[in-house]
Amino acid sequence: MKNAIVKLLLILLTLGFIAWANQTLDSYTLSILNNIGIFAILALSYNLINGVTGQFSLEPNGFVAIGAYFTALFLIPSSDKIDMFALVDPAPIVLQMQASFLPAVLIGGIAATIIALLLSFPVFRVRGDYLAIVTLGFGFIIRIFALNSPAYTNGAMGLNDIPEVANFMWIGTIALITLIVMLHIIYSKYGRAMKAVRDDEDAATAMGINTFRIKTVAFMTSAFFEGIGGGLLASFLTTITPDQFSFLLTFQLLIIIVLGGLGSMTGALLATILVMGSMEWLRFLDDDMVIFGMHTGAHPGMRMVVFAILLIVMMLFARKGLFGDREIHEIIRDKFKKKGKA
Amino acid sequence: MSSPLLEIRNVTMKFGGVTAIDNLSFKVPSDAIYGLIGPNGAGKTTIFNIITGNYQPTEGTVVFDGEDITGTKPHKVVAKGIARTFQNIRLFKSMSVLQNILIGFHDQIPYTYLEAVLRLPRYHGYERRIRAEAMGILEEFGIADYAENNATALSYGNQRKVEIARALATKPKLLLLDEPAAGMNPSETEDLSQIIHKIKKDYDLTILLIEHDMKFVNAMCDTVTVLDYGEKIFEGPPAEAIVNEKVVAAYLGDFTHA
Amino acid sequence: MDFSTFLQQLINGASLGSMYALIAIGYTMVYGVLRLINFAHGDIMMVGAFLTLMGVTAGLPFPLAVLLGIIGTVIVGILTDKIAYKPLREAPKISLLITAIGISFFLENLFNVIFGGIPKAFPAPDYLTKVLHLGEIYLPVTVIIIPVVTVLILGGVLWVLYRTKYGMAIRALAFDIPTVKLMGVDADRIITIVFALGSALAAIGGVFYAISYPSIDPLMGVIVGLKAFAAAVLGGIGSVTGAVIGGFILGFTEIFVVALFPELGGYKDAFAFFFLILVLLFRPTGIMGEDLERSRF
Repeated sequence: MKNAIVKLLLILLTLGFIAWANQTLDSYTLSILNNIGIFAILALSYNLINGVTGQFSLEPNGFVAIGAYFTALFLIPSSDKIDMFALVDPAPIVLQMQASFLPAVLIGGIAATIIALLLSFPVFRVRGDYLAIVTLGFGFIIRIFALNSPAYTNGAMGLNDIPEVANFMWIGTIALITLIVMLHIIYSKYGRAMKAVRDDEDAATAMGINTFRIKTVAFMTSAFFEGIGGGLLASFLTTITPDQFSFLLTFQLLIIIVLGGLGSMTGALLATILVMGSMEWLRFLDDDMVIFGMHTGAHPGMRMVVFAILLIVMMLFARKGLFGDREIHEIIRDKFKKKGKA
Repeated sequence: MSSPLLEIRNVTMKFGGVTAIDNLSFKVPSDAIYGLIGPNGAGKTTIFNIITGNYQPTEGTVVFDGEDITGTKPHKVVAKGIARTFQNIRLFKSMSVLQNILIGFHDQIPYTYLEAVLRLPRYHGYERRIRAEAMGILEEFGIADYAENNATALSYGNQRKVEIARALATKPKLLLLDEPAAGMNPSETEDLSQIIHKIKKDYDLTILLIEHDMKFVNAMCDTVTVLDYGEKIFEGPPAEAIVNEKVVAAYLGDFTHA
Repeated sequence: MDFSTFLQQLINGASLGSMYALIAIGYTMVYGVLRLINFAHGDIMMVGAFLTLMGVTAGLPFPLAVLLGIIGTVIVGILTDKIAYKPLREAPKISLLITAIGISFFLENLFNVIFGGIPKAFPAPDYLTKVLHLGEIYLPVTVIIIPVVTVLILGGVLWVLYRTKYGMAIRALAFDIPTVKLMGVDADRIITIVFALGSALAAIGGVFYAISYPSIDPLMGVIVGLKAFAAAVLGGIGSVTGAVIGGFILGFTEIFVVALFPELGGYKDAFAFFFLILVLLFRPTGIMGEDLERSRF
């Protein structure tokens, strides 16, 4: 009972903050918060398949792209589409796709979920690491399709003038819902089974767990929220092109969940804030620097070299990240217990 | 005699060109403690893997409770009432003792994914119920005090208990124990055999165990089948096995090999 | 398609397939001994091309530049294993895979910082870029040289694997690392040899790529790496012969499908992915593969 009250208070407090921020903060601060909110949704869901279920996947960029394109196509008024599609006329079905904001975002999520289901059959029936390579490949295939199907995606020009409905009220609330859903999954028989699959797949099977189904459920859930995150991203940015959904996106999310501790949802949330913040802060690395009066010249990509080294060093020396595979409230609770005993 | 709970009928298992099990048949009666013994590499664990559905036998059938279960998927075999432990204890290492037991209840919890996500009443009801039941099993094994400890932090003997408790949580009729006494000191072994007898009675179990330690087998089993190079060389009471010429030769052969 | 076009496409396919085969061998050998998809392997190929370019730019004769490029790449490949993979041999598998992705991303961005992201022209010597006219067939010299050199190299690699003690140790390691260690084989040394051999072949593949296209950029290894991995799975992961067969099948498929259905040209890079999916669905062990995934209790 006490837990339930604390939980409700935290939720109300967060919702209050979201409403307040959305009303009062300036647009620059809000854009940072929106970015963090979207990345939090993506990192939390990515963590479910990678951290909790232990199936190394590289899918986020592909599913985010699917969500973004579906949502954008449903949001853009059909009259605008005819003007926008410069290479070829939009396919008839594209002109029929129309929906209001929430359904459009949900459709993006569902589309990603269906793709995840289809990918599950080849990758989860075999043991091994094929998920990683298939999802990595999938990210590229999506880009190839986006570039080569101008009647649906407007090719390399991408989609623009996407109605900007996604404000911090939407993004913050959906991020909060994502966190709650993920925690509820973790503390259910499904989450336990996912962790069992991660720890020892043979033993999980010997407990009567259908490991194929559990992996598929985790993967589809990840995909659903990544699709939703993609839809929010499209509406937040108002412009999307195939090149936005490169592997860089997946890599950033991988850094986040490793830093937070693979399997820890609250860790992923904290790490999102840290990584997104330091990405901004480290921007100077890419620019021309003056060291002892010498110009280094601009080095686009330097930040990513630093982040790649960071990832490798973490894997070698601090594999548990911030919270290991535990949640922040579990860690606090244990601290109190130990104090109580002492 | 009542009909057997488990029957292995003419099972042959080949890996590539190697015959691991050669035309093996035996019956495990209901309510028995049945031993499967033999030197290293005789094919004992292979038989377990065939019963649990991890391997599909090249020939032959496995009949459980009157039903042909040959080739049934491993997780479905568990649902039919067969649980197992592993030779080298395989607990879920990121989890507490209690959580390890809870995994065993997976199939008995009917709430859906959506009910779990929305925390509907059925979620709360079943979580409370299986927790109580899991604690009951831990008490039976005398390890309830360790419920919140990380499973792999326990002593070897207690880890073995957690593994058997976890298997019991799946509500089996037949329990397969793969070298349960391996690596244990004499007092732990004694403790274990008492527990096995106790749970057999309390949970109405039939037990099939693989063992290397003849003394343990002698104390535990009603009947044993002795395997050597995948073939049955003896079936009968353990006391007779020890004096059987073929069995002694197989074991001696094992010693001279090693 | 008339006969001369067919012949021309056949040679093009062999040339492309050679490149995939050379890179696929590295994937399959590392997977064989470590059960690791070495995501950085495609980037190792890129390193080979860039190091060779550096040599050529510095004014070295082409063959010497290639040789130094190969040696440099082998060093990078071995260092990758020693620094990033070796400390994680006993760690959970996912740590190793994440590290591999980290290395891949590191190499791509490091070369991006050093050389810039714009494709660099690769100055191949005249004797390689000449085009021969045989009747109606136009054949750049490279397109003939690449398959011939590849076949010679592959012969050498297969000889090493099947006729020398190192090769035997590599193949034994693919089955069971602990047992092989018990038998007195220095597993780490064998793994080093695998990385050296794989990197050398990838460097050669990278140079072939550079000559054929003829420009290189820091991300060139990504797609080629993915395709080569798909080729390795198609052939049967863990099998060197399979990797070669898979590489050639993929090369021929890409060339012939595009020749027959030009409208599919844009999707050329997607074929490997569909091969990968089909193989996983219908024959996960690939054409030549043994069942490396069989669970071991």
